Amino acid sequence: MQIQDTPTLKAEARNLNFFYGENKALKNINMPIYDKKVTALIGPSGCGKSTYLRSFNRMHDLYPGNRYEGEIRFFPDNTNLLGSDVDPIEVRMRIGMVFQKPNPFPKTIFENVAYGLRVRGETNKRVLEDKVEHALKGAAIWEEVKDRLPEQAPNLSGGQQQRLCIARALATDPELLLFDEPTSALDPIATGAIEELIHELKKRVTILIVTHNMQQAARVSDYTAYMYLGEMIEFGKTDEIFIKPQDKRTEDYITGRMG
Amino acid sequence: MNESVHLSSQFDEDLSRLRTHVLQMGGLVETQVSAAIDAYATGEIASVKSIVETDRRVNELEKAIDDDCAHIIAKRQPTASDLRLVLGISKIVTDLERAGDEAKKIAKGVRRIYEGGHMPSQYGVGIRHLAEAALSMIRQALDAFARLDTELAKSVIRADTDVDTEFKSIIRQLITHMMEDPRTITTSIDIITIARAIERIGDHAKNVSEQVIYVVEGRDIRHMGKEAAQ
Repeated sequence: MQIQDTPTLKAEARNLNFFYGENKALKNINMPIYDKKVTALIGPSGCGKSTYLRSFNRMHDLYPGNRYEGEIRFFPDNTNLLGSDVDPIEVRMRIGMVFQKPNPFPKTIFENVAYGLRVRGETNKRVLEDKVEHALKGAAIWEEVKDRLPEQAPNLSGGQQQRLCIARALATDPELLLFDEPTSALDPIATGAIEELIHELKKRVTILIVTHNMQQAARVSDYTAYMYLGEMIEFGKTDEIFIKPQDKRTEDYITGRMG
Repeated sequence: MNESVHLSSQFDEDLSRLRTHVLQMGGLVETQVSAAIDAYATGEIASVKSIVETDRRVNELEKAIDDDCAHIIAKRQPTASDLRLVLGISKIVTDLERAGDEAKKIAKGVRRIYEGGHMPSQYGVGIRHLAEAALSMIRQALDAFARLDTELAKSVIRADTDVDTEFKSIIRQLITHMMEDPRTITTSIDIITIARAIERIGDHAKNVSEQVIYVVEGRDIRHMGKEAAQ
């Protein structure tokens, strides 16, 4: 199946370099992220895919010595996410993130999801309840937790915790969701639920996902980028990358010919 | 086509065994076709039986290879060139098996003609020429698969046009004979069946070659006319 419509840009990396101190971890990345599509980043460990992902919501700002060069343009307003005038907190309102291991706060289920809204200054109980319910429904976990909202979130199963984290990310209505190996700590059933959810989510939000599971990239994404040693080797439609990649290095990686 | 080895040597072995089996099957089909053509020329009806027996082995191999393909897909989830190889093979064996069936049809047609009397000599040359061309196409298609040689595959595809033209000209001749002398109709119809089977063998060789191009280049050139094979 081919993707027929012409996608619009949601974000675009332009000549992006990134340094951990002296170590250049990203080398001149140029890559589009299309609106309401799922883009998968694949590549061997240490290839820079998580580094790239984390550049989008300025996670690297938390450590001294890290340095960006180039731009990540965010649309429709054409903001440079890496610009010094951009507040990382504001960025993270628009760009949510879900990590490898589910990391619910040691709070109730309700408060986990309401947290981002409270940080934003929302105090109206009614609004909070509505938005929490909406986010939990969006993360396909509402039916399982609607009667246990005051319970402690860490008591949920791993798969439920991860969907709760997705609900938490959804609560602030982000435009872009970053997933950093969201299912690598989950069993196949929970993984299936998350993948199904990603499919639903892309109707309203753009998704960028790092995964070590190639079949997962093939299943969930519309576009795939293969990274190696900090470089973007190949970017293309997932259908094409997995049937007929253009670059020998991509071919070797996805067919399991490279260590 | 990617010739580097996989991290999993078991996977390499699976794929290499698969290719070997396809070539084995191809070898059997080639023998069938060649024997059928010989039977036509010599009237050796005895070989008809062995052609039919070989067909049973060809059928078994087709099923075994398809089963191996299913196992590789289930266990290895092949991608890119590996995926194309497995998909291509699954289609190639279908065409090989059908080419074997056509050889069987030739053999049975030959038996009918010779059992009913003699092969009228005027049909000999055209059919044999057509048959040699089809046999050569099958050989080259298998060669192209063995070496993943797309140039050879393309030349097989181009050769199919000649076989088609020759087939039509034989049919025209036979129609003329039948109109001139209705007593030749029974034999002529058997010969048409044989010519048709030979022409089909050429088509199957062409299909195999198209799959070779898909496996190597990732281009699906089926139903695109011979320009696609330039």
